[in-house]
Amino acid sequence: MAGLELLSDQGYRLDGRKATELRKVQARMGVFAQADGSAYIEQGNTKALAVVYGPHEMRGSRNRTLHDRAVINCQYSMATFSTAERKRRPHGDRKSTEMSLHLKQTFEAAVMTQLYPRSQIDIYVKVLQADGGNYSVCVNAATLAIIDAGIPMRDYVCACTVGFVDETPLADLCFAEESGSSLALALLPRGGQIALLQMDAQLHQDHLEALMDAAMTACKGVSKVLDEVVRRHLQEVSVLTGE
Amino acid sequence: MLKSKTFVKKTRSGGVMKIVREHYLRDDIWCGSEICTECKQESTVLQKDSCIESDLCSSPHYLVPDTNVVLHQIDVLEDPLIRNVIILQTVLQEVRHRSAPVYKRLKDIIHEKEKHFYTFTNEHHRDTFIEREPGESANDRNDRAIRVAVKWYSHHLDTAESDGLKVVLITNDQGNKEKAEESGLLVYKCEDYIKSLLANPELVDRLALTNDETKDISSSKVLFPEHLPLSRIQMGIKGGTFLQGTFRASRDNYLEATVFVQGEGEETTEVILQGLHNLNRAIHQDVVAVQLLPREEWVAPSSVVLLDEREAKDEDDTEEEEKEKMKIIADDAARKPTGKVVAIIKRNWRPFCGMLNSSLIKESTRHLFTPADRRVPRIRIETRQAAALLSQRIMVAIDGWPRHSRYPHGHFVRSLGAAGDKETETEVLLLEHDVPHQDFSQAVLSFLPKMPWSITPEDMAVREDLRALTVCSVDPPGCTDIDDALHCKTLENGNFEVGVHIADVSHFIRPGNALDLEAANRGTTVYLCGRNVIKVILILILFLHTRLAFSSIWEMDDKANIVKTRFTKSVINSKASLTYAEAQLRIDDTNMNDDITNSLRGLNKLAKILKRRRIEKGALTLSSLEVRFHIDSETHDPIDLQTKELMETNSMVEEFMLLANISVAQKIYDEFSECALLRKHPAPPPSNYDILNKAAQSKGLAIHTDSAKALADSLDMAKVDGFPYFNTLLRILATRCMMQAVYFCSGMDSNFHHYGLASPIYTHFTSPIRRYSDIMVHRMLAVSIGADCTYPDLTDKHKQSALCNNLNYRHKMSQYAQRASVAFHTQLFFKSRGIVNEEGFILFVRKNAIIVLIPKFGLEGTVFFDNKDKTGPKLVFDEEGPSLMVEQHIFKIFDKVKVTISLDDSNVQHQKIRMSLVEPEVKPALV
Repeated sequence: MAGLELLSDQGYRLDGRKATELRKVQARMGVFAQADGSAYIEQGNTKALAVVYGPHEMRGSRNRTLHDRAVINCQYSMATFSTAERKRRPHGDRKSTEMSLHLKQTFEAAVMTQLYPRSQIDIYVKVLQADGGNYSVCVNAATLAIIDAGIPMRDYVCACTVGFVDETPLADLCFAEESGSSLALALLPRGGQIALLQMDAQLHQDHLEALMDAAMTACKGVSKVLDEVVRRHLQEVSVLTGE
Repeated sequence: MLKSKTFVKKTRSGGVMKIVREHYLRDDIWCGSEICTECKQESTVLQKDSCIESDLCSSPHYLVPDTNVVLHQIDVLEDPLIRNVIILQTVLQEVRHRSAPVYKRLKDIIHEKEKHFYTFTNEHHRDTFIEREPGESANDRNDRAIRVAVKWYSHHLDTAESDGLKVVLITNDQGNKEKAEESGLLVYKCEDYIKSLLANPELVDRLALTNDETKDISSSKVLFPEHLPLSRIQMGIKGGTFLQGTFRASRDNYLEATVFVQGEGEETTEVILQGLHNLNRAIHQDVVAVQLLPREEWVAPSSVVLLDEREAKDEDDTEEEEKEKMKIIADDAARKPTGKVVAIIKRNWRPFCGMLNSSLIKESTRHLFTPADRRVPRIRIETRQAAALLSQRIMVAIDGWPRHSRYPHGHFVRSLGAAGDKETETEVLLLEHDVPHQDFSQAVLSFLPKMPWSITPEDMAVREDLRALTVCSVDPPGCTDIDDALHCKTLENGNFEVGVHIADVSHFIRPGNALDLEAANRGTTVYLCGRNVIKVILILILFLHTRLAFSSIWEMDDKANIVKTRFTKSVINSKASLTYAEAQLRIDDTNMNDDITNSLRGLNKLAKILKRRRIEKGALTLSSLEVRFHIDSETHDPIDLQTKELMETNSMVEEFMLLANISVAQKIYDEFSECALLRKHPAPPPSNYDILNKAAQSKGLAIHTDSAKALADSLDMAKVDGFPYFNTLLRILATRCMMQAVYFCSGMDSNFHHYGLASPIYTHFTSPIRRYSDIMVHRMLAVSIGADCTYPDLTDKHKQSALCNNLNYRHKMSQYAQRASVAFHTQLFFKSRGIVNEEGFILFVRKNAIIVLIPKFGLEGTVFFDNKDKTGPKLVFDEEGPSLMVEQHIFKIFDKVKVTISLDDSNVQHQKIRMSLVEPEVKPALV
C-alpha cells in the first residue's frame, strides 16, 4: 500500500485542513473545585487536563527551596487509555520524564516566580487522548490552569507543533503527520519570546526559518483562541458571583 | 470558514488497530468552472464551452470518470481530445492505492494546462461528503460518493448562465450506472461514450478491452487456475505456505520462469516455474505469490531454447503440446525448488513495444501482438487499422488476462513508425529500456550558461589559478565531451605533483533548478552506435583553452606513495588535447623533450607503479569485447567494425582517474558519513563461479575464487599452450560471474567494498558531463572544502538513497540499451555484408545448441542443431562436461569452430544473426 499522502496537490491535508490551519480548539477553565486552578482542553482529538496547586510552602524535601523565587514542579502523564493500544505504564517512563522537564523549563520562563520566594507551584498535566502535538496541548492546558489559579505570568504561553512536508510547513500536526520532522515551539506571543524550542528530527538549515515562521504564526493563532477562552470564563464567573 | 467535525474510524487488518482521525468539512472548496458565479475562486480550470462533439451528448459537458474507468482507460484519458474532466478526490485516492503508475500518469495529466483536468476535493466538501452506511462496502460507499458529487455538480452548475452545460458520469459498472440513472444523473458507459465521439474514431482502438466475466466463463473453457484472494495470500505468506517474489520470465523459453524470493536478510532463493499452467498468467516483473510443489515434482531448469511461434489458432491443443515440449528428464542433483503461481500481488505492466502478427483473415479485428521483449507473452488486441499497422512498430498496453484466454488482452496505444527503419528501431530501443530521450524543454535549456561565456572575477576569487601548469588531456579519438585533464610536475624536493582536473560542471548546474532535476532523472548518458548520442545534459562547455575545473592534486614520491592530497576548485589552461595514440607516440619518441611530453612520461611512470600495486592488492583485470563501428558519414550505415584497442596510455589515464575517485570517496565519506554518494561492487556469491570453474576444469585448470586476489592470480596463471586466446576467453567468462556495481548512500549501508578494484571505498568523480552521480560527488566535495554551500536534499539520506536507486536503474538500462544498439548495428552490418566465414570459440554448450563467440567481431551467436519441423541430428547432452554430442562429433567448451554468419530476417521484429557450422561439418548420419 502506498503511504499516506500528507499534503495533496490541492493543498489539503489528511483531515481536510490547509497547511496553516489549526485544529479546532475547545477549552474550559476551572473544571475541578479542589485544586487551585484547572483547565481542560481539546485540540482536535488530542485532549488534556491540567491541574495547578500553589503557590504553597515547599513540601517534601526542603533543600530544593529557592530563596529568591518559587520552584515549579511539573508532572506529565498519559492516561492508559489515551492511545489506540492500551498502555501499561501510564507514567514514569523516560518519555514522560523528559516531557515533565520540558514543561518545567517552559513555565519557569513564563511564570513570575520571583513573586513567590521559598514556595512551590505544582503543575500536573494528563493527556486523556493523544492524537499528535501532546506537548503543545499540555502547555496550552497548563497555561489556562495557571491563569485559573491566579498566578501571574508574563504572557500566555502558547505552544504549537509544526512539521515539514513537501517543502511546506504544516501547522498543528495530528498523529499521522507527526512521523516526519516536527518541531515544537512554546512562545510568549506578545513579545515574541521563545520559552521552549524542541526538535528531534533532522532538518536542513535552509528550511528552519520557514518552519519557525509557521510555528510563530500558529502560536499566535493559538493565543487568540486561549485569550477568548479566558475572557469567556471570566464573564461566566463574574455573572455567577453577581458582580 | 466553517469547520464541522465528524469522526472517521478506520480499521487496518493485520494487527487490527482502530484509528480515529478527524475529518474537517469545508465550505471553501470551489467547483473550478468558468461558468460558476457563486464560487469565490481565484482561477478556473474547467472551460466555459467545453466541446467534445459526441452523438450521445450534444451540449457542452464535463466528464466525471469513476475509479475503474481511470485505472483501465488512462490511455484514452491521456488523449489530447479528452478535456474538461473532473477528477474527484475519491477517485484519485482509490487510484493511488491501486496502481502507482496510473496515479503518476493521472497526476501528469492534471498538471497539464491544456487538458483542463480539475481535482475536486469532494471528501472534504460540506455538501458532498457522505458517511459509510452500516452494511455498505467501501467500494459501494465510494461509488455513492462519486454519484453524490456528480449530483452536486449538476445542481451547482444548473444556473442561468450555464447554457445547458451538463455533467456526465462515465462508468463501466452496470450497477453504478443504474443507480445513477435512478437519481437522474447523466451517465454513460465508457465504451459507448468514446464510440460516440465524432472527431476521433481511432480513439476506440485505445479503449481497453473490458470483459464481462460472467458471460465469458460459461462460454469458454477455463485454461488457468483461479488466483487466490489477497486475504488468503497474506495468511499464506505469513504462514510460510506461499512465497512472495518477483517474477522473471526466461528469455529463451516461454514456458519457464524464475521467481526470486527475498528471504531473511540478504539471501534470495530462486523458485523455478515451468509450464503455462504453473506460470498462471504472470508476466515478467510482476510480484507474485508462489506455492512450492512437492519435492518429487521438482524439475531442473531446462537448457532448451523455446520460442512461442505458434499461429494464433484456437487454444485446444495447448496442453498436450506443452507436455511434449517440456518432457525433460532431469537427474535428482540438478533439480531445484519448483512451484506454481497462486496469485499475483502486484502487476507491473507497462506499455510494450512490438509488432502486430498478420492475421489469417483480412477483415478480422482481433489480432495478436508480439512484444519486442521476448519475456513478455503475446497480447491479443482489437484494432481496425490492422492493415496499416502491420509493418509498423506499435505500442500496446495490457488490460487483463482472463482465465479462459491463452493470451492477455490489451489495446493499441500508439504507432512508432515503420519497422526496420533506423529511427524507429532506435526509438523502440530507447522506449524498451525506459531511457528518457525527449528533447530538452525550454525551461531546462534556459539554465544553460550563456554563450559566449567568460570567467568573472567572482569566479577567480574562490578558485586557484593553475593556468601556468602544463595540463593536457588524453582521450579516445573523436571524443567530444572531454571532461578530464592531467598534469605532472617535479617538485624541488624530488617528489612529484600530480593533478587530475575535472570539468567543474556543478558550477553550472545549480541544485534544484529544472536543468538539475532533468539531469537527475536521466542519470547517465546513453551512447548509441552511430550519431545517436543521447546526453544527460548537453552542456557545451567546449574545451576552451581556459576553463573552470575541479582539481585533485597529490604530492607523490617517486615510488608513487601519496604524501599529501588536496582538492580545490581551479582555473586551468590546457596546453594540448591528445588522443591515446598521440600520447603514446610522444612518450615513445625519445627526441621529444618538451614540457608536455615530460609530464606524460612522469605520469606514465607513476601509473605503472600504481597499477602494479593495485593488482597486488587483488584488483581484477577482466575482459569483455567492445566493438566499434566505422559509420558511413553519408548513410550512417555501419561499414566496418573493429574491437577497441587498448594502449598503455589508456591505462595511464584510467589509473589516475581511479586514484582521484578513491581519494574523493574517502574525503566525502569523512565529511558526510551519513549521506555520501559512493559506489560499491559486492563480492559475488560462490555459486556464481560455477560456470567458470567448469570451464577451467575442462582444460585441467583450477580457478581459486575465495578472494579477488586469488581469482586474479589464478586467472593470470591460466594459460594453455598453443591457445593464446584461452586466457581472454576465461576472463570473459569471469566477467559474467561478477555482480553489478551500484551507487549507494553511505548512511544506508555498511559494506563499502569495491570487489573489482579491490578498494575499500570508491565513488565516481571524474565524468560529471556524462554522469549525474559525479555532479553530486562534486557538490559534496565542494562543500567539504568550503567552496560551496550545502542544500537540503544533499544531506537527506533518504533522498540520496532514492537518487542512487534511480541512478542504478538508469545505469543498468543504459547499458542494456547500448548493447541492444550494438546488436542492431551488427545486424545492419551483416545485412549489407552477407555471409562471412569466421573462426570462433564455443563459449557455452546447451542442450540443443552451442553458443559461439567470434573474437574478430566480438559477436556472440547461437548455433542450433535441431530444426523446427524436420528431425534434427541425434543429440546427446552431457551435463558434466558440459559437452554435446552431435552425431559423431563432440562439442566442448572452448572448442574452435568455423561458422558462417548471415542475417535471418524471416521475423522482422527479431532479426537475428544466424550462425551455422562450417567446420567441423555435421551431417545427419545416413540411415
